[in-house]
Amino acid sequence: MAEREAPGGAGPGAAPSVPVVVQGPELSREEKLQLRKEKKQQKKKKRNEKGTAAEPPEPGTAADPAQPRVTPHPASPPASANAPNDGEKPPGGKSKAELRAERRAKQEAERAQKQAKKAELGQGAAPAKPRLTPTEAPSVVKRLPEHVQVDDPAAQRKLAKKLERQQVPLRQDYGTKVNLFSHLHQYSRKKPLTQQMSIPSTVIHPAVVRLGLQYSQGIINGSNARCIALLEVFKQLIRDYSTPPNEELSRDLVAKLKPHISFLNQCRPLSVSMGNAIKFLKKEISCLPDTLREEEAKEKLQGTIDNYLREKIVLAAEAISKSAFEKINDNDVILVYGCSSLVNRTLCDAHTQTDRTFRVIVVDSRPRLEGRETLRRLVRHGIHCTYVMINAISYVLPEVSKVLLGAHALLANGSVMSRVGTSQIALVSKAYNVPVLVCCETYKFCERVQTDSFVSNELDDPDDLIVQRKGQAQLGGWAENKSLRLLNLVYDVTPPDLVDLVITDLGMIPCTSVPVVLRVKNVDQQ
Amino acid sequence: MEFQAVVMAAGGGSRMTDLTSSIPKPLLPVGNRPLLWYPLNLLERAGFEEVIVITRKEIQKMLSLDTKMKLDFVYISDNVDMGTADSLRHIHQKIKTDVLVLSCDLITDVDLYKVVDLFRTHDATLSMLMKKAPEPTEVAPGQKGKKKPVEQRDFIGVDDTGKRLLFMANEADLDEELVIKRSILQKHPRMHIRTGLMDAHLYCLKKYVVDFLVENRTITSLRSELIPHLVRKQFSSPTSLQQGLDNKEEGRKKKEQASLDIYSFIKEDNSLLKPAPDNSCWNDHRGDMNETLHEGKVRCYVHIMKEGLCCRVNTLALYIEANRQVPKLLLNLGLEEPLVHGTAQITDRGMVGSDSIIGSSTQIGEKTSIKHSIIGSACTIKDKVKITNCIIMNSVTIEEGCCLQGSVICNNAVIEKGADIKDCLIGSDQRLETKEQFLIKPLLE
Repeated sequence: MAEREAPGGAGPGAAPSVPVVVQGPELSREEKLQLRKEKKQQKKKKRNEKGTAAEPPEPGTAADPAQPRVTPHPASPPASANAPNDGEKPPGGKSKAELRAERRAKQEAERAQKQAKKAELGQGAAPAKPRLTPTEAPSVVKRLPEHVQVDDPAAQRKLAKKLERQQVPLRQDYGTKVNLFSHLHQYSRKKPLTQQMSIPSTVIHPAVVRLGLQYSQGIINGSNARCIALLEVFKQLIRDYSTPPNEELSRDLVAKLKPHISFLNQCRPLSVSMGNAIKFLKKEISCLPDTLREEEAKEKLQGTIDNYLREKIVLAAEAISKSAFEKINDNDVILVYGCSSLVNRTLCDAHTQTDRTFRVIVVDSRPRLEGRETLRRLVRHGIHCTYVMINAISYVLPEVSKVLLGAHALLANGSVMSRVGTSQIALVSKAYNVPVLVCCETYKFCERVQTDSFVSNELDDPDDLIVQRKGQAQLGGWAENKSLRLLNLVYDVTPPDLVDLVITDLGMIPCTSVPVVLRVKNVDQQ
Repeated sequence: MEFQAVVMAAGGGSRMTDLTSSIPKPLLPVGNRPLLWYPLNLLERAGFEEVIVITRKEIQKMLSLDTKMKLDFVYISDNVDMGTADSLRHIHQKIKTDVLVLSCDLITDVDLYKVVDLFRTHDATLSMLMKKAPEPTEVAPGQKGKKKPVEQRDFIGVDDTGKRLLFMANEADLDEELVIKRSILQKHPRMHIRTGLMDAHLYCLKKYVVDFLVENRTITSLRSELIPHLVRKQFSSPTSLQQGLDNKEEGRKKKEQASLDIYSFIKEDNSLLKPAPDNSCWNDHRGDMNETLHEGKVRCYVHIMKEGLCCRVNTLALYIEANRQVPKLLLNLGLEEPLVHGTAQITDRGMVGSDSIIGSSTQIGEKTSIKHSIIGSACTIKDKVKITNCIIMNSVTIEEGCCLQGSVICNNAVIEKGADIKDCLIGSDQRLETKEQFLIKPLLE
């Protein structure tokens, strides 16, 4: 904390040493260390000279402007430090320029010290500034998640060790991957994780095993469905949990949930909605007051999970559906893609609750063919539907009035991550000047930023692409052909400029307002 | 706990009385191990730690198994004739979770997780194992050369994926025609009916099925009554009972029968998966307007094994077949005991075939060739004997110069010099005189 304190009335004496600091980047580490030591000594001297009277006001003024300045403009101090030094030397106290100069000097020193710490592993730097890092703005490099580092053997070894510790089996990758996606996992549906586990599963709760199997076999599909099923299973886990003696529920329960979460992750990579729900749950558990008995604590947790489900998913869906069907006018032709529970609900509600006539064009794509399920649900409700495959969208778009899409997640730069094919639809719609509306609940907003679909995605079972026609499977022998790779992507990222409006439970916002919502959410949670 | 395993070892072996009159069926030696060892080994390999074994008292006394699992023996007395369902009813208080029922005569190397995964993934009521089997046409020793008529066939109907069990009927229950309900065809337009399947008698049942059995005392056998009932129930709704009755007294009858309907036992399990499937886009069928799985609460699944070993030791022919397949199975299991026991004294190792099993303390003389055979423990086989494709149980004495082919020789038999035995079944404690020739003779008691 030494450097943060006010220079304590640095008078004109500080000025002569500043020009040396101007050539900041070119200085060597040793010189910077030396400079710092000199400054410290000068400060001590001045403090003893001026006394304590001048100190209190200084920390307030000097510290605050210094903090925000550290991150945005690290490069400017060396250049602009020149100006304030020459010229004005008012008689009394410090001039503004000198204050600025001191601040810049402090920044330089901090930077130097950080570099020194990194290189020398805290020989000289550490004892001097042990407490600097917590008060700095968090500028650490975020560690890459394991699931995008499959081609890094060190990361995979770490994962294997972690799973071994939690007694969760490691799922093996299957088949050769396309080079561009070799950093992602690719699993086969025919080799479930239960192959490596004992039959009456003891380590993992049976409900979680069942859920994991349902995820990996594709029986529970869609980010809302997966999140709801996950929360229900967590409720059951909490019900069956009993605190061991000498342990606290708030700490032990989180530790007990970790192997289950790893298991589910191995069965199928967690979706963004599931990740946010897990974060919320872990925070709730660790914030439980210690005074509660186990039964009360468990009930409280069940209550919070129920609330989360109700508010963030069920009520949000109602709110979105209400605002979205305001956008549906009479004689509209709406284009939908794949199977999104929100979009289906919107359309069904619009059909039953208003008397506007509209028709729907359902666009579908292989290999999942989810549009058929959408078609079934809409037709069952009595909505007039047309069904096309994705290669026909440019033929149907001239007659479409708006496009309604669902999302798997909304990223922090406003991009929409959704089923593969969504970005194509958005692109072609833009070319035809058709408005694109995305429906997404706020709990699916994620702090990740992605500009392309390669960096983080999910690879599905490549055998799904094999089609059987008249007893012949065209791609059946793909594994034997060394130069053939099959790619079955699950998600893709749509850039924000292709999306016109995002309909959330907080209202209708443009794509670029997503970071605002995230920031407000973070402030709320803190 | 997820599953409890139950092994039914009280059966009498009524279809092979020749063998089982002297030795109870669970103790019949197959590959020199009691028959009961095989299903227990299967469970142990899968990871079970506790098993409930339903058997008769005398069997348990004679049993000596080395297994790490905790075996919980439940006895039923001899005079009570209990079917498999009756036995489950007998132990229903011990059953607290879903149950995996095995028969003691099942020898298989199936991956159990395949059967159990069907049960878990689809939240099924019943999940069973079947094997594609060719019709048995073996000439069983002891039968006078005529081919036994093919046993009553089972007609099994599965859906397109081959996993969902839609229809099950035995030829004995049908008059002349196979009757398939319209509701089944409406829900599953494509059904494959197969006859060449053998039921392995391995069932995963939900707990509420056991509760249903407790109330419904008319069901005595799992295989012949309960399973077809469950398969039929998949397509009949709970209200169909009320519609079917015409009697005036149906008020009272309705109440009785409604309470025996299995649907009343299915607890509406805590909305666990109810909202999720509404939002999920998976559907098990397409082409009609119905919800996934047609919202049927009772679902039966079957795993059909194509390769691998799976046999039930029901009849003599199957017993011999099992003995032939078992050496390969034991090799694959990688057990510590070698096929030829350490304490066996064999003079000519080279004359013993590689897939023959020889028990402990057996003495084999010179110039004796043993091929594809299983010899029990404490046997004495003198010189110049030729044994091919035989099953010889414990403490048998075979004098010099004998020639045995394709025969089964039970405990403590003595075969004098120079006998020539082909395709025979020799009971226990028998003594055959010298220089006799026996060809396809029926059982000698």
